[in-house]
Amino acid sequence: MINIFLILFIVTLFVCATAIRLKTFIKAIAFQGLLLFCIFFVRLNEINPVNLVLLLLETLVFKAIVIPYFLHYLIKKNRINRESEPYISNFASLFIITSIVMTTFYLANTLKGGVFGNIYFVISMITIFTGLFLMISRRKIITHVMSFIIMENGVVILSLTVGIEMPMLVNLGILLDIFVTVLVLGIFANKIGDMFREAEVDQLNRLRD
Amino acid sequence: MIGIYLILSLLIILSIFTFRQRKIIYSLVISFIILQWALTIYEYINLNIIQFYYFMPDAIGIILLFVLSVLASTSLLYSFIYIGHRQDTPQAESIYWSALILLISAISCAYLANHAAIAWIFVEITTLSASVLIYHRRTERSLEGSWKYLFICSVSVALIFIGILFLGLATQQSKVGDLFYSNLFNNAGRLDEFWLKAAFLFIFTGYTAKAGLVPMYTAGIDAKDKAPSPASAIFSSALMNVGFLGIYRIYSIAAKTNIHQWSKIVLIVSALLSLFIAAAYMLRVRSFKRMFAYSSVEHMGLMTIGLSMGGAGLFGSILHLILHSFTKAGLFYQYGSVFRVIKSKFINDAGGYFEKNTSGALVLLLGFFMITAIPPSGMFISEFYIFRSMFENGYFWLLIITAVLLTFIIRTFGEIIFKLLFHRDENRSLEEKQNTRISIWESVPQYGLLAAVVYIGYNPPDILVTLINAAIKNFG
Repeated sequence: MINIFLILFIVTLFVCATAIRLKTFIKAIAFQGLLLFCIFFVRLNEINPVNLVLLLLETLVFKAIVIPYFLHYLIKKNRINRESEPYISNFASLFIITSIVMTTFYLANTLKGGVFGNIYFVISMITIFTGLFLMISRRKIITHVMSFIIMENGVVILSLTVGIEMPMLVNLGILLDIFVTVLVLGIFANKIGDMFREAEVDQLNRLRD
Repeated sequence: MIGIYLILSLLIILSIFTFRQRKIIYSLVISFIILQWALTIYEYINLNIIQFYYFMPDAIGIILLFVLSVLASTSLLYSFIYIGHRQDTPQAESIYWSALILLISAISCAYLANHAAIAWIFVEITTLSASVLIYHRRTERSLEGSWKYLFICSVSVALIFIGILFLGLATQQSKVGDLFYSNLFNNAGRLDEFWLKAAFLFIFTGYTAKAGLVPMYTAGIDAKDKAPSPASAIFSSALMNVGFLGIYRIYSIAAKTNIHQWSKIVLIVSALLSLFIAAAYMLRVRSFKRMFAYSSVEHMGLMTIGLSMGGAGLFGSILHLILHSFTKAGLFYQYGSVFRVIKSKFINDAGGYFEKNTSGALVLLLGFFMITAIPPSGMFISEFYIFRSMFENGYFWLLIITAVLLTFIIRTFGEIIFKLLFHRDENRSLEEKQNTRISIWESVPQYGLLAAVVYIGYNPPDILVTLINAAIKNFG
């Protein structure tokens, strides 16, 4: 059961890599939020009501509904071009992400033992590296925000691997991190959209020596 | 106390945000300064006592908190002047004040937190409030600066969190328990080495964005360039110290295990590259604030070398951190006056400052001597300790490279400062007859800070020496 979710999760990464339209990208992110919720729900041994509420908020409400909706609103409001405009071709990014997946699995299999055998660890590493790769290979500011969200998703899965009970305050902090960061990033992306005609990173090159 | 502090400062921030009259804001800001000092004194009295479950003021935390409280008072004071000279909307003003106070209280809590993840939360809050401050001018470039800062710091904060999770893995197999710094420190020998290495790398890389060391120093440069100068003063002192503290904590854990030598090399490489970057970029900076920012990178590199050397080097490094914070803040405050007189931030437009504002020019001149560690600067003493520890540990090549790079930096710094002070452009001085007059009183707190640098350097108070010794005791 859980393997299906994890495989689907990797598939969403491939979708992100090849997404030509931003809408597809957002849908993939929303789907990732849903998958995260399912993974957490299956993994949960005992249902502590407070934890459950936090989890619901973190994954289902924020990651699957609020953030995608907000991104959608940003794109509409700033009339951002619908295409994701990567620096490199879709084939190349697909190739790179495939090699990230392969290498991570290979490394995890060679370095046997302990956490390396843990499938969550492998998936989370793949997600984090894919997020970083998408971040540097896309031109639009909004796609940077989206890649950042993917990377955060990877961090969330990693926290599953560790499985240490983080104190409540930390859970709240993570919630704040995800919500506020994305909100603030979104607000600034919005401002950039207002101020510069094209919201692309190429325009942000005036501060330099 | 820390709970009360958090609640009260939140209340102050909220009421500043709601009531936008200047009189109310000013009285609230002054009450916040009193609150900040009350916290500092209270925490000093309750040294090493756990409060509110997650917080414990240890020696280095108290030192940094004291530095922050001094600079918070002066920064808020200079913000009165800064805001008074600008015609911002009441909304922008109230946002500025509340963001600055939020930044200061988040930094205080990050200093005092005893739990890796709790400290992480407050570091995150500093990023958010700092990016609001950078955007205060509402121009394209300040937007660019705050975007870059926010984005790079968000990534770095995510890296820190990954590092903390790895730290969790390191504790898991040996059943060390929670991620309290004191707990990790006491059980460092039992941590899993591989995961501790991974955690060290990620946490170190993440904190370099705040500290201004090599992998992720870029964000801080733009931030200090674009933020209002009272906020830049906090950025390049107290906020950088947050990064230094994060590195100090993880290194103090690593230093007790077998990976000590390896982590030392990581620190030295990063510090050396930072020095190199600072020396190279200072040759081609065009604005004063960026020069100050690169100089902060240089000093952070020196402190990291001191940290990696341990012993006398670490003593020098912590002393250097205090003195650098005071000096750099003084220079940034003075830059606020320079900008009002010269009306340009570029080095090419500058000149003749000595005639236009003598008291301020003296601050710059003295500040130049202080920051480049030319005696009677107190930083001479701290740098001497750092160099001596390099010599004693047998890192001659490091000593030589550092000295050469520092010479470059001193030369460039001096060239730019002396151009600002004494360069005379006949055409320009004619057209600028109506000079902005800067009151002498504005420079007085800066003289105070510089005098403190000399005094603390040559004659450190007993309390301070005890605290620094307690802080370096961790490294055996």
